[in-house]
Amino acid sequence: MKPFDYIRAEDTGHATSAAGQGATIIAGGTNLLDLMKLEVLQPDALIDINRLDLKQITEADGGLRIGALVTNSDLAADMRVRTDYPVLSEALLAGASGQLRNKATTAGNLLQRTRCYYFYDTAMPCNKREPGTGCQAMEGATRLHAILGGSDQCIATHPSDMAVAMRALAAVVEIEAANGETRHVPLSDFYLLPGDTPHIENVLRKGDLITAVILPAAPKGAQTYRKVRDRASYAFAMVSVAARIEMDGDTVKDAALAFGGIAPQPWRDADAENALIGKPATKETFNAVADILLKNADPKKDNAFKVPLARRTLIATLNELCGKDVA
Amino acid sequence: MKTSLKINGEVHDLDADSRTTLLDALRNHLDLTGTKKGCDHGQCGACTVIVNGRRINSCLSLACMHDGDEITTIEGLGQPGNLSDLQAAFVKHDGYQCGYCTPGQICSATAMLQEVKDGWPSHVSDSLTGTYDLTEAEISERMSGNLCRCAAYPNIVDAIRDAAGKVQS
Ligand SMILES: Cc1cc2nc3c(=O)[nH]c(=O)nc-3n(C[C@H](O)[C@H](O)[C@H](O)COP(=O)(O)OP(=O)(O)OC[C@H]3O[C@@H](n4cnc5c(N)ncnc54)[C@H](O)[C@@H]3O)c2cc1C
Ligand code: SF4
Ligand code: FES
Ligand code: FES
Repeated sequence: MKPFDYIRAEDTGHATSAAGQGATIIAGGTNLLDLMKLEVLQPDALIDINRLDLKQITEADGGLRIGALVTNSDLAADMRVRTDYPVLSEALLAGASGQLRNKATTAGNLLQRTRCYYFYDTAMPCNKREPGTGCQAMEGATRLHAILGGSDQCIATHPSDMAVAMRALAAVVEIEAANGETRHVPLSDFYLLPGDTPHIENVLRKGDLITAVILPAAPKGAQTYRKVRDRASYAFAMVSVAARIEMDGDTVKDAALAFGGIAPQPWRDADAENALIGKPATKETFNAVADILLKNADPKKDNAFKVPLARRTLIATLNELCGKDVA
Repeated sequence: MKTSLKINGEVHDLDADSRTTLLDALRNHLDLTGTKKGCDHGQCGACTVIVNGRRINSCLSLACMHDGDEITTIEGLGQPGNLSDLQAAFVKHDGYQCGYCTPGQICSATAMLQEVKDGWPSHVSDSLTGTYDLTEAEISERMSGNLCRCAAYPNIVDAIRDAAGKVQS
């Protein structure tokens, strides 16, 4: 690790002004310190926000306001989340380990970096780590990589499980800027696709502090999170689906579908959802949804398996939530 | 960086480089070498300690971030002649081979049993609400952050079930 100054934030204003002057925010540290040890990241200063009062989950506007420092463990165990937003508890419990979830925070989880092997390996070219150096994944190992939303500069996936569930729940990110102003950004607009600037991953600006994530009122219908990975526990998703389905008899009345492991950000496709809403819950409908979702899939050799895997995982999830077995 | 840590009930004043992880502070500065370093990247669980009642990976945390925190390490759970239930159960069930992962396993299991008492569900639980029996599947899932390179898993699971008072003979 490179030497750095350590500053403990007294209040959110202190945190944003230190961050505005170039300090890197540290929360649970489970991603940042990992990357600092490998010198993938080399901050000159850390601003530790752990003593800030951002650890509450409160009821707000019929939904929940989750403080940025609420740990993944506390969020998964919160009874309101377990009963009203079960997809979120399930996604959190499917991620990392008991020890990590006790440290990992809500904001830190949203902002965790990709697990692309070459991003971690400073001897390799990587446009995300060092813009303009190239992308080793293009000709390399791509098991973890995206089949949708990538560019010829970067095909890294966003590794979070939590963010996928939050995307399905239409969460909103609350951000305090260095000038003291607070703004709200829907999670759907929060992440940026790689394009020609894979090092810019989201809309945050220098000095910004995430203060909370807001969940709208609990949606109707059934929810579930299904994660497929290389081993049954303690592994990142190859494909995951966070789904919410409201049925009216045999017809799908409303639906939200978000995907992990296949794209640079938690992935939602309005056209795919529209192919489900108002339609009978049949094999034909489910296949049509998968066709639309995967229409633009652009896999490499190693991750071509994700195209059929995403289809099967989606259909299994729809079967489960629609109370059907139409596969 | 001056940091005050309350470890196993005793206050320790540390003056170390800001880069010092909690794990390195314990092992290299405070001579508490029961806590082990495996991967140093949050993947193996050998460095698990209990901070303010919660199990964490001490390798992915800076010592200076823990000023004032209460930390329990394997040394604080019990000592020869006065073993904790889990420590005794690991001896009884031979829950190890080389023993390198054992302090982390025991610290992790100690806090894990409290999580179950507190009614926390796991990824393999049938329901997100209710109470949870420590089946083999539940123990494996809840302990998946602790790897054992010797694969002593069957005996580790037995030891934990025994200590949890749920072993059916
Ligand atoms: C072995 C291992 C396995 C894992 N498995 C999974 C898995 O299966 N699924 C999964 O989803 N995750 C997994 N993770 C990742 C884990 O979830 C993240 O490391 C964690 O959520 C990051 O949260 P943190 O609070 O520790 O973030 P930190 O490491 O503290 O910070 C991460 C980033 O967020 C920024 N940041 C933090 N808080 C704020 C804020 N309030 N405002 C602005 N910026 C902020 C930091 O500057 C930093 O850039 C795994 C991690 C490890 C080490
Ligand atoms: S896929 Fe992205 S993160 Fe991975 S090597 Fe290419 S540019 Fe870097
Ligand atoms: S040494 Fe900390 S998890 Fe491996
Ligand atoms: S007993 Fe050897 S690593 Fe577990």
